[in-house]
Amino acid sequence: MAETICRALRDGAFEGEHAPALTIKDTIDTPLGSFVFNHILTQLTSNILAGKSQARGVVLVALSRPPSFYTELLKDKGFDVSSSSKWLRVLDCYSDPLGWKNKLMEKGTVRNPYEETSLKTSLCKNLKELDKVLSSIIELGKEIVEEGKGRFAVAIDSVMLVNFSFGSVSEVLRHSSLPSVARILSHLRSHDQVSCIFCLLHVDLHEAKVAATLEYLSTMHADVEPIVQRTNGQRNTSEDLPMVEQSFKRGKFHVRFKRRNGRVRVMREELYVEGSGIKITEVSSEDGITAQSLVPKVQFNLDLSEKERLDRAKVVLPFEHQGTGKLIQIYDGRKSLNESENEEKQASVEKPQTTEDSGRGEIIYFRDSDDEMPDSDEDPDDDLDI
Amino acid sequence: MDNSRANLLEEAVGISKGGRVVVVEDCVETSGAFVLHHFLKRSLYPDTSDVVIFIAFAHPFSHYERILRKMGCNLTVHRKTHRFVFLDMLTLECPDRNGKETRQDGLLALYGEIEKAVEIYSSLEGSRTITIMIDDISLIEVAANGLSNHVLDFLHYCYTLKAKYEKVNGMGYDLNNLCIQGCSFVTLNHEDIYSSANTLPLILQPEYLADVIIKAEPLATGLASDVHGQLTVLNKGSVCDLGGSSSKVRNFHFRVKENIVDYFYPGTQT
Repeated sequence: MAETICRALRDGAFEGEHAPALTIKDTIDTPLGSFVFNHILTQLTSNILAGKSQARGVVLVALSRPPSFYTELLKDKGFDVSSSSKWLRVLDCYSDPLGWKNKLMEKGTVRNPYEETSLKTSLCKNLKELDKVLSSIIELGKEIVEEGKGRFAVAIDSVMLVNFSFGSVSEVLRHSSLPSVARILSHLRSHDQVSCIFCLLHVDLHEAKVAATLEYLSTMHADVEPIVQRTNGQRNTSEDLPMVEQSFKRGKFHVRFKRRNGRVRVMREELYVEGSGIKITEVSSEDGITAQSLVPKVQFNLDLSEKERLDRAKVVLPFEHQGTGKLIQIYDGRKSLNESENEEKQASVEKPQTTEDSGRGEIIYFRDSDDEMPDSDEDPDDDLDI
Repeated sequence: MDNSRANLLEEAVGISKGGRVVVVEDCVETSGAFVLHHFLKRSLYPDTSDVVIFIAFAHPFSHYERILRKMGCNLTVHRKTHRFVFLDMLTLECPDRNGKETRQDGLLALYGEIEKAVEIYSSLEGSRTITIMIDDISLIEVAANGLSNHVLDFLHYCYTLKAKYEKVNGMGYDLNNLCIQGCSFVTLNHEDIYSSANTLPLILQPEYLADVIIKAEPLATGLASDVHGQLTVLNKGSVCDLGGSSSKVRNFHFRVKENIVDYFYPGTQT
């Protein structure tokens, strides 16, 4: 439930509890996680501006997308970017996460490597020192809420295990080890000025334990999954083009909430990309619509009408001696001689009955003799001399 | 006639304002190098002032020169007129294998060269797209001695150039003076050499960030003499315009000829 997530993030941390944390997960099959991230970010922002949320502002850790992307996003959603300094701080871990540009500038190779943005940003030049990242997140947060009371939200746009990213946790993880990322996340959650945290994780870039660790650290997780699961485990292939195209436009949206008492609630919804944003709706009559939309449009009818369906159910197939009260047996040509003799007698007794019951179609087959071989691949006419 | 066929690829890739990230993936059976040549030729069309920065890990200059000359594009001339910058990385870091620092410094220096070139070209007058091409990513990994994280760092820095130089400078209200600049990024990679969990990000991470993914695969039915393989083009739409819903997938066959590549839909070749 996207709304429930937004509400939980809006309400923030309860007294004496850790801040709620949300992990958004996606895979390359349905790479729509960033849309969900943007959606939640804008929802939270509008709640903050309306004064409804516990958080007074957002610290956005931009790891996988540049600050200019977020400027465009906020403008597009109708927020006043010029006054954003009151409620938004961006920690730019995108532009120079390893300090390369800084080094090049010092050497004189390049003059001005940094991008200018209208958002209030602070540049992170060494993502490997996560402690510094943590302290700058908290510093930026304090700038928004000013000293003393008030809380702020933290948004990380991709976590990367071995090296860098909190807007994408994927990026953070790429530059540092899992334990240190986990430590930072739990630090943030327990910090008394943090209202809520949400981050994005591209699951398939990491080992399974990364996703599990982050799930333990968060109170909610939102999975974006393909509508139709691939059975063979293969990556996108050219054979299922409509499916591939679909998976970039819609997906299943599964949300798991962990209550304080340990109860877990799972909710399923569907997610559509619509224009620049996403729309999340209730699951509509399961896969019926998907199946319909995946079948190409043809002029003739592929479905059966109700009458056709009933008629088809009535047809008695050959060898199915139904309605005699006996167990239904299917002749496979391998029965012993005795059995087939018995059957022959029985069948001759039953024969008059079946002819009386002329309303029902039936095909009965008697084997002429045992000389006749059961069905085989052999060509019966192969001795024919033409 | 050949022109209209060549447009099948162009059609699928689409026209973009400004820069974008294109990932070409191929496999052992079907090489995707010709897609790279196509983009190279397109960027160097005489009627534009676009610039290509080509980072070659796979082949020397003479190799590309020969191929492009057959396609009707003289790289030597473009190199002289500074529209084609060729960075020969065939021997990057091969002499010294002293340790971690050197390897990363090698990629840092390479990035420095790229950024310097981009900075110079973007400061010039006029509108142009700067295309950075890498042939190919798997060989950067070889140069970095198998440390895929260094490669991903390097690629990340290359992507930051796209964000930095993507701007539309409107000069007054005169549309003719509109100066559109962008920095595109075209890379080639081999899909089938990444299977373990450690190296998989090297193929997946660029896919997450790409605007267009082009896959060259053999035909599912095996090899044929008149069809050399199939291309699947996944166009995510211009994500930077925030119009992500326009993603499209196209699939068509191709035949690589001496100086041109034919693109056609399955079954339409006579």
